Amino acid sequence: MFIAASLAILVTMGLALVRALAGPTTFDRIAAVNMFGTKTVLLIAVLAFLSGRTDLLDIALVYALINFIGVIAALKLVTQGNFYSSDYDVNEVKKGEPE
Amino acid sequence: MIIDILSWIFLLAGGALGIVGGIGIYRFPDFYSRLHAAGITDTLCAMLILLGLGLQAGWSIAAFKLALIFVFLFFTSPTASHALANAALYSGLKPKLNSDEGEAKS
Repeated sequence: MFIAASLAILVTMGLALVRALAGPTTFDRIAAVNMFGTKTVLLIAVLAFLSGRTDLLDIALVYALINFIGVIAALKLVTQGNFYSSDYDVNEVKKGEPE
Repeated sequence: MIIDILSWIFLLAGGALGIVGGIGIYRFPDFYSRLHAAGITDTLCAMLILLGLGLQAGWSIAAFKLALIFVFLFFTSPTASHALANAALYSGLKPKLNSDEGEAKS
């Protein structure tokens, strides 16, 4: 049953990867990568039980943390154009210069 | 025995939901509808699969780790979806509406 679940997760990861490669906008790609990361966490968790080595669950936990921080950081970079301004300001982003 | 069957059901339902979400993110025409498909199924798929695994684990340290992953995904998955939609809307990406499509066709 773990094999069936991991196959289903792998199919989902493939579909998300296709969308990440073909997405017309940047946000499509980020959404697909977010989904890919969540499914990676689940795949590691299922593989931990499939191979009987439940230590792998630590890796899944760390991957979940890194995935969330990575998505938020990528969104902040795409929306603001930088990491230092604390507010959304579209005009400032378009100038491309700090004030 | 009953726990095994319940765990089967949870794992298979989670996998099926994941595939539905994958098809949704692949086939839908617009960023917001894709996010709708991905964001909703992501959370429930993770919940079901982790529940199924937790039933297999029994009372052990593995179940505790699974519960940690469960809680973390439960809070961050909707947050990431909301941040994505917020960032896309703020940066000027318009949802594709039905009337736009009609005008484009005619």
